[in-house]
Amino acid sequence: MEVIRTENINKVFHDPVDVRVLKDISFTVNTGEFVSIMGKSGCGKSTLLYILSTMDTDYTGQLYLKGKLVTGNSALQLAEIRNRHIGFVFQFHYLLAEFTVLDNVMLPARKLGAKSLAEIEHDALEKLRILDIAYLAKKKARRISGGEKQRVAIARALINNPAIIMGDEPTGNLDSKNSDNVLQIFRKLATEQQMTLLIVTHDEDFAKHTDRTIVMEDGRIIS
Amino acid sequence: MNWSVLLSISRIHILSRIKQSVIAGLGVTFGIATFIVLVSFMTGLNGLLDGLILNRTPHVHIYNEILPSKQQPLDLYSAAENSLSFVHSVKPKSTAARIHNALPLLKILQGNPQVLGVTPQVTAQAFYTAGTIELNGIIHGINIQEESRLFKLDDYVMEGNILDLENNNNTIIIGAGVAQKLSAGIDDRIQLVTAKGNVVPLKIVGIYQSGLADIDNVQSYTNLKTAQRIIGEGDNFITDINIKLHHMEDALPFARNMEKLYGVTAVDIGTANAQFETGTTVRNIITYAVSITLLIVAGFGIYNILNMFIYEKMNDIAILKATGFSGRDVKFIFISQALIIGLVGGTLGLLLGYSISTLISHLPFETEALPTIKTYPVNFNPAYYFIGVVFALSATFFAGYLPARKAEQIDPVDIIRGQ
Repeated sequence: MEVIRTENINKVFHDPVDVRVLKDISFTVNTGEFVSIMGKSGCGKSTLLYILSTMDTDYTGQLYLKGKLVTGNSALQLAEIRNRHIGFVFQFHYLLAEFTVLDNVMLPARKLGAKSLAEIEHDALEKLRILDIAYLAKKKARRISGGEKQRVAIARALINNPAIIMGDEPTGNLDSKNSDNVLQIFRKLATEQQMTLLIVTHDEDFAKHTDRTIVMEDGRIIS
Repeated sequence: MNWSVLLSISRIHILSRIKQSVIAGLGVTFGIATFIVLVSFMTGLNGLLDGLILNRTPHVHIYNEILPSKQQPLDLYSAAENSLSFVHSVKPKSTAARIHNALPLLKILQGNPQVLGVTPQVTAQAFYTAGTIELNGIIHGINIQEESRLFKLDDYVMEGNILDLENNNNTIIIGAGVAQKLSAGIDDRIQLVTAKGNVVPLKIVGIYQSGLADIDNVQSYTNLKTAQRIIGEGDNFITDINIKLHHMEDALPFARNMEKLYGVTAVDIGTANAQFETGTTVRNIITYAVSITLLIVAGFGIYNILNMFIYEKMNDIAILKATGFSGRDVKFIFISQALIIGLVGGTLGLLLGYSISTLISHLPFETEALPTIKTYPVNFNPAYYFIGVVFALSATFFAGYLPARKAEQIDPVDIIRGQ
């Protein structure tokens, strides 16, 4: 079953001059697939990811999530889609620095409001345990190391059991040991839990370990 | 929407930047506190100054004015009807000083539902004598109990007991200036010489100080009977009737009505003290101008700090939006932060304002003009506290609204890309 499908996505940056950064992007990601997007800096891979994540709405073409058209939805609907169906892991770990690790992980679930606070806390601790960082739960997010932060971010991405996890160079800012660690986690999620993953990276080692690699150049998918 | 999540985020934001939150809150606190102190103190003083006049002035004063007749005999002469007529050297008409049918008039007034109280007065000219010295004086014969109920006369009696005046004839309460000049004290006797030459000895039972030297040097009070006896008239001789109404605003129409119905001269408080109202208005304008300025300054302080708050939280805004919080959620988070700061700061402001006001109201303030006032007057009107809280909340709301709207519109991609 398809999770994400795009049809002829085009994007133009207008500032300072018109640059077409994405040209007729059409591809599909199916359930349980671990897909990486590779390409040189400036090839448009991050820009594509922002569009797929529904945060960037300034494009032409169609984006489908679980078979439903997402393009043209209102900002409120898009926020809800991000909350319910998409988990994010960024390059610069993006945790709320003043909150505890547990709070960070719980926030998207509390926003969703589908479960009671006790259940959410239980789920969050469960996710942290899967990632071997349950002992960090009560620590402030700004007091933990970079590798730990990225694992917390993954736990947060998992909390609402999303349809897909998207990563924007999640290992780009980590040393090789922590990179391996994060890769192992993703690998495990894909094989053990049939999680769908779409990760932008420029690390070939990383890409080798994924099910499928989409290579981009100058705003086009070349393979 | 899930309010508790959003509120818990605001709470953590506020607590994690506790220093800035406290500073923002203190801005509100001091703004509201100074507003309350200033308004309470200024309106307290205004009330005192107004009271100086309002307490002692009847709302409507009825008496017979010495005036020339409005209609001269020539006006009644039909042959001169269509001609231009001049009358030179017109003299005032001789009228009795007493109010015609004063006693029945008093009864009617006492029954009037608009009227809070009525006091009759007899005013007589006399000289205070001490040896060969004669001092000019005005004697007011009054009903002392009504006079103190309606015009707070007892506030100005420094020594002695006003009831002695009511119970004993041939007693007098003299002005402080008179007492000093005659070196007379309580239980001393003074002699009055009336305009008709009678000598009346009276016992001093009280000394009275209004604070206005012109009055204290001249004026004295006796009971009605004594004053009537001094001028050799009977019980129905009343020269003035002072009326206090339930509502001061009714004074003008009431006075007009009295003139029309009873053919007396009736002057209302607004006409008698026009300058007083101007003074009150000007003082009120100053009070409001200063307090509004204070509140606006406090509002800008809040705006500044909240703006800073939001710039520091750009990262958080991007994360919240990326993980599914909508722009409206983010706006609510920041507005609620502003309101929490406003509420806490404002409440503390009320307490601080109340404390300082209480302190001021205990500071000694002694002045000759106001013998009964011992401390500074402060107006503890709950309305000012209410305005303070309402302002604290609305100012913080607007100060928070603009930056919060900015946060609502921030594009998370811009922030993520920028890192």
